[in-house]
Amino acid sequence: MIRPLLLRLAQAALVLLVMSFLVYGLMGLMPGDPIQLMAAGSPTMTAEDVARLKAVYGIDRPLVDRYWHWLAGALGGDLGFSRLSAQPVAEALGPPLRNTVALMTCSLCLALLLALPAGVAAALKAGRPLDYALNLTAFAAISLPVFWLGLVLIMIFAVGLAWLPASGVETVGDGGGGDRLRHLALPVAALALAGFGHYMRYMRSAMINALSQDWIRTARAKGLSWPQVVLGHALRNAMIPVVTILALDLGTLFSGVLVTETVFAYPGMGKLIYDAVMGNDYNLALAALMLATALTLAGSMLADLLYRLLDPRIRHA
Amino acid sequence: MVNMRAALAWIFLLLTLRLAAPAGAETMPLTIGISQFPANFNPLINSMLAKNYILGFALRPLTVYDKDWQLACMLCTRLPTLENGGAVRETLPDGKPGLAITYSIHPEARWGDGVPVTAKDALFTWEVGKHPETGVSSGELFRRIVRIEVRDDKTFTLHFDRLTFDYNAINDFQLLPAHLEAAAFAKPAEYRTRSLYETDTTNPGLYVGPYRIAQVVRGQYVVLEPNAAWYGAKPAFPRIVVKAIEASPAIEANLLSGGIDMVAGELGMTVDAALAFEKKHRPEWVVTYKPGLVHDHITVNMDNPALADRRLRQALLYGLDRQTMVQQLFQGHQAVSNSLVNPLDWCYDPKVRSYPYDPAEAARLLDAAGWPAGPDGKRRDAGGRQLSLELMTTAGMRNREVMELVAQQAWKRLGIEVTLRNQPARTFFGDTVLKHAFPDLALFAWVSSPENVPRSMLRSDMVPTAANNWSGENAGGYRNPAMDRLIDAIEVELDRDKRRALWSQLQALYAEDLPELPLTFRSDPFILPVWLKGVEPTGHQYPTTLWVENWRVEGRPR
Repeated sequence: MIRPLLLRLAQAALVLLVMSFLVYGLMGLMPGDPIQLMAAGSPTMTAEDVARLKAVYGIDRPLVDRYWHWLAGALGGDLGFSRLSAQPVAEALGPPLRNTVALMTCSLCLALLLALPAGVAAALKAGRPLDYALNLTAFAAISLPVFWLGLVLIMIFAVGLAWLPASGVETVGDGGGGDRLRHLALPVAALALAGFGHYMRYMRSAMINALSQDWIRTARAKGLSWPQVVLGHALRNAMIPVVTILALDLGTLFSGVLVTETVFAYPGMGKLIYDAVMGNDYNLALAALMLATALTLAGSMLADLLYRLLDPRIRHA
Repeated sequence: MVNMRAALAWIFLLLTLRLAAPAGAETMPLTIGISQFPANFNPLINSMLAKNYILGFALRPLTVYDKDWQLACMLCTRLPTLENGGAVRETLPDGKPGLAITYSIHPEARWGDGVPVTAKDALFTWEVGKHPETGVSSGELFRRIVRIEVRDDKTFTLHFDRLTFDYNAINDFQLLPAHLEAAAFAKPAEYRTRSLYETDTTNPGLYVGPYRIAQVVRGQYVVLEPNAAWYGAKPAFPRIVVKAIEASPAIEANLLSGGIDMVAGELGMTVDAALAFEKKHRPEWVVTYKPGLVHDHITVNMDNPALADRRLRQALLYGLDRQTMVQQLFQGHQAVSNSLVNPLDWCYDPKVRSYPYDPAEAARLLDAAGWPAGPDGKRRDAGGRQLSLELMTTAGMRNREVMELVAQQAWKRLGIEVTLRNQPARTFFGDTVLKHAFPDLALFAWVSSPENVPRSMLRSDMVPTAANNWSGENAGGYRNPAMDRLIDAIEVELDRDKRRALWSQLQALYAEDLPELPLTFRSDPFILPVWLKGVEPTGHQYPTTLWVENWRVEGRPR
């Protein structure tokens, strides 16, 4: 058990190293640089200012030099300073990360809470009116652009009914738990609805597949009740592909959702990563992307562990 | 009994009026929506509109262009000029002509912690500004100052190494509090990260304006509260909240739901979004469109042999119905531009040559340039080569893309084939425009300032090349010695009337040569509640917030 785990950890470290170099290199290959773009919007900046600022921010140095400098610092625990937010990277990451984790965890839980029972119900009633109705709902949820859905929710619940705030994370001067939950309601609803469609379809498909297996017939022949067959056997097996999808989605819990964050003016990791990449804030972009990568890898490892719990064949193999 | 009833009725009436009256409205905060959150708060580090907008509430530059685009004192007491003796010509130690300009800081000006603003702050600011490692964005002003002489606590003299017409405009000389910031400057290379504006943003001593920054929630909002040490007129609001909301639909939703009271014109909605909003919700808000200094134009690649012929460039402009295009797109809230100088600028020449829509004249010019129309209507030169141009702009910017399509159709009617190739802004500006790499035409905008000499945009030595490390903004490669001479002459001409004549010549040459095809000066849409008065859009880079003490509330509902 320990040896495979150590092997997986070593593989993950290697992936992170390669990823860091790729991300750094790709950002460096992007055309233009932020100082030039800043100069284009500032009538008082001269060509001399541009050259000086490039030197100050180290943008004039070769890419490989900058990467090694960053890597040495990162390995020593120093993630550097974020040029775009004028603070250390660790500080810059904190609030958006918290916001994103809250948003994504709530929306994922809500989506699963709705999608898993719906998927099971649709599979049990496959080809019946309930299945059609749930499928229609799922496809509608998948097809609706989150941007549009978000705006509709805002227009109904914030503008029309005035029940919930239209955007942000907290009310100025408040920021209590209840206030933050009210701010979370609309973006969570928009994301959960979009996620519902996907997870419901996965669950339905996996459940139909499980229910058609021979061992289900055997379980029935043994005299097990239908709920015992469905919940104890079929659902347990059907969860394996769903767990795989969930594990791969773990990274997105921390990398955020740019469109939703933009619509709801919700400062999360999606917007932070986008701004950092577009603004060539290497330190911030790398730290954020490495975090997302590390968590995706961790999710994959977690999935392996869960397989062992769900499937005795894997556990004993 | 009757009297008792009457008395009760009066009490009831008074109570009702008391409840109905907008009492307390003046104690309500003002919440403003802007489309960007500032990256930092140090006034000298980084140039960013969102930061300038917020700092406009809390800082005061020594000089600034006012709403009438005239240079005025803000933190100083009198604008020094050669005429009033505040500025004096001098000879520098190296024998070159220089200028000594004396400024006096407002006697009551104090930082938010009560410490007076003094000449020492000016001296410290200069030290920070001229240091190559501090990361100050616009260092040109500080480099021009060779020495600062402190005359007394409130008076100092700047010694400049040159004499230019804008000698007394030190708008970028934003004073820093030496008593607080000196420690952060101990290691200049670390100043930008150690400055209290970043590490202790809510420190009252950093601010000298009517408000001070009281709370910052990064990425979300900034709260400003009155500065107790402010010496000017008392501002109207006990608190101002500036919220960052990027998407136009989200800004609109916040406005409608009461999440914000107004949208800043400087960086809020686009004109088309504001027009749509105005149609739906006019009664509760006043939408004001202020023409500004963002000039949409088409830069011409002058190294293209066909486009090097001035007649072809003039034909392109005659063949484009800019009036109808701008009217349709902006419904009269933006005007066609005929010059690179904004009509609001004092040096604008209203007699500058204009190019009204005239397809016949366009066709005549094309014929004369050697591009006659063939039987199929397409224009070819003597060698049979079809007149074909590529027009580029930024992908995803709706107004630009629509203007591009209109131009394509208009020029197609003249027999010119126009292909469109758009790129993401980062590629377009970072590579294509910067490196002078568009084959024919590039549609984009310049941001300028009042009486902005187009040195970097039109002077021959400002063409970006690999040899000069792509510096300079003359992206079209325009080279005309006459234009160079005019630019040089304007910069050092102090006599306003003579300078006006030079500006007229420059604009005439621009309109004749057409290194750019001027389209329109962009407007800033301000969406203000009807109860907010005194907000006066400037149209230039100095935001309305610099005059926040003039904002007032009239009839605000509770």
